[in-house]
Amino acid sequence: MSTARRVTNTAVGSVLVLAFLAPVYWMINVSLQSSDALLRTPPAWFPADPTWDGYVEAIHTQGSHLLTSLVIALGTVLFTLLVSAPAAHALARFRLRGTLALVLVVLLVQMVPGIVMANSLYPVFSQLGLLDSYAGMILADSTLTVPFAVLILRTFMSGVPGELIEAARVDGCGQWRTFGSVVLPVCRNALITAGLFSFLFAWADFLFAVSFTTGNTIQPITVGIYRFVGNQTTNWNGVMATAVLASIPAAILLLTAQRYVAAGITGGGVKE
Amino acid sequence: MTTASTKTTKTGAAPPRRARRGIGGGRERLVQWTFVLPMAVFLLLFFCYPVSRNLMMGFQQWTVASFYEGGAPFVGLDNYVELVTDPVFGTAVLNTALFTAGSLSFQFVIGLGLAVFFQRRFPLSGVLRGLLLLPWLLPLVVSGAVFRWIYDEGFGVLNQVLLGLQLIQDPVPWLSSTQYALTAAIIANIWVGVPFNLVILYSGLQAVPASLYEAAALDGAGPWQRFRKITLPLLRPVIAIVLMLGLIYTLKVFDMIMVLTGGGPANATETLTTWSFALSFEEFDFGQGAAVGNVLIVIALVFALFYLRSIRDSIRSEGGPR
Repeated sequence: MSTARRVTNTAVGSVLVLAFLAPVYWMINVSLQSSDALLRTPPAWFPADPTWDGYVEAIHTQGSHLLTSLVIALGTVLFTLLVSAPAAHALARFRLRGTLALVLVVLLVQMVPGIVMANSLYPVFSQLGLLDSYAGMILADSTLTVPFAVLILRTFMSGVPGELIEAARVDGCGQWRTFGSVVLPVCRNALITAGLFSFLFAWADFLFAVSFTTGNTIQPITVGIYRFVGNQTTNWNGVMATAVLASIPAAILLLTAQRYVAAGITGGGVKE
Repeated sequence: MTTASTKTTKTGAAPPRRARRGIGGGRERLVQWTFVLPMAVFLLLFFCYPVSRNLMMGFQQWTVASFYEGGAPFVGLDNYVELVTDPVFGTAVLNTALFTAGSLSFQFVIGLGLAVFFQRRFPLSGVLRGLLLLPWLLPLVVSGAVFRWIYDEGFGVLNQVLLGLQLIQDPVPWLSSTQYALTAAIIANIWVGVPFNLVILYSGLQAVPASLYEAAALDGAGPWQRFRKITLPLLRPVIAIVLMLGLIYTLKVFDMIMVLTGGGPANATETLTTWSFALSFEEFDFGQGAAVGNVLIVIALVFALFYLRSIRDSIRSEGGPR
């Protein structure tokens, strides 16, 4: 390809990406403008006179919800990895009767609509006192992340060389010891990928959050934004500043772990 | 499933291996099961139980009283009869179909177009392709909030641009008119879904051998012919997977519609998913909410079976679906 054509392609690609990401640009633009500026029409194309007012308000009204989501998302990551990693190893390595059936079940459960889970778990959570609790949210969000993590970890773990595992066994390691000191360290990147995606899923969850929290004790950020948008439709800079803050995990994932993102999408093939 | 395991025991019958199975096999097996146990228990408690409970709730009169008194009388098919005779039912089914078909077709076409474009090698192509993933990674509530501002009748940028270009004379009430709300929701959802299509189709395109294109070009095939005669046929399995997964996920879209319109105005954007939520969590008729959920399960299951069929071979071989 000639240099001119390559440059043309880069230019066309950049324009496509800019056009496609315009909503993200507007989110940032609006978050940096003052409330007064936003009431003028037409809206300013650039934050000519940027102000942090929106962010001050966002942290003031939504800061605690951001923290709540952080706790829930970290808890979900921990729980998910504890449950999924050994299972993924077993499904990748051991020739147990029924493991293929289990893989099919894991694939199938991802297809169960979230609203069904919310609907049927609500009475159970109500009885067990899990509504408005971190434990309840972590367990509910894990229904999104466990199947995903199992599938993605299984793919990576089946790539661990059998010789490594055999060597550990010959040295007298038990199954769990082998798993902990050989398989897990080798699969560190996969664990990071599964963990990052679990974090993102739990962070972004809205359906369970709005179903299982009444807003009095704990309220995740997604519900915070939802109520914020519903209540104050004129306070757009605060809403957009909250939206920007809530996007930080996605931005970090994109910047630091870009090469895992494609693997995550294709490996698990899921998103609510 | 067992084809693989029987094969290893029969053909790989090296003496030491058999000996180990013979002596410590039972215990070893038990230890192996402890790896699966936590996940199996989790799946039982958090999938099998809720799904079967939801199926049951569809036949029960589950109201607020059920929470206090515990009981919920069985009412047979009453919930389903009531649903089908509800005028919202037809609207919700039609909206679900339109929302799914509209989202899927445009997500796919735009995703495929971008995937084909980014197949070319040029500076920054990887970085640009990566940036395109952002809409998929953002929480849907965030995207919903952003689009709600974009569509805002008074201050939103969409109306301002259209007014500036003189394409419209008055601001359009995108989200508050029954005429435009569903289209507005579909457009926002297309934006969210394009990256998913792009990534999967792009990885599918990588698997098409470049030599085929070269040979076709030598034979005088133009770009469009090459696309139709080489790309599309070879991409068919990937296309099937993308469309089926997209369909299953679009069926249950909730966040985007809730944040944009909450199912309104006048049920104009009500889908089966938002209706199920409204019945359960706003009208506290969990039995009817469950019944709508069961309809969704059946639809999802049908397509899930197609999906499982199409990836059957990749599950059997090591590594699972790709």
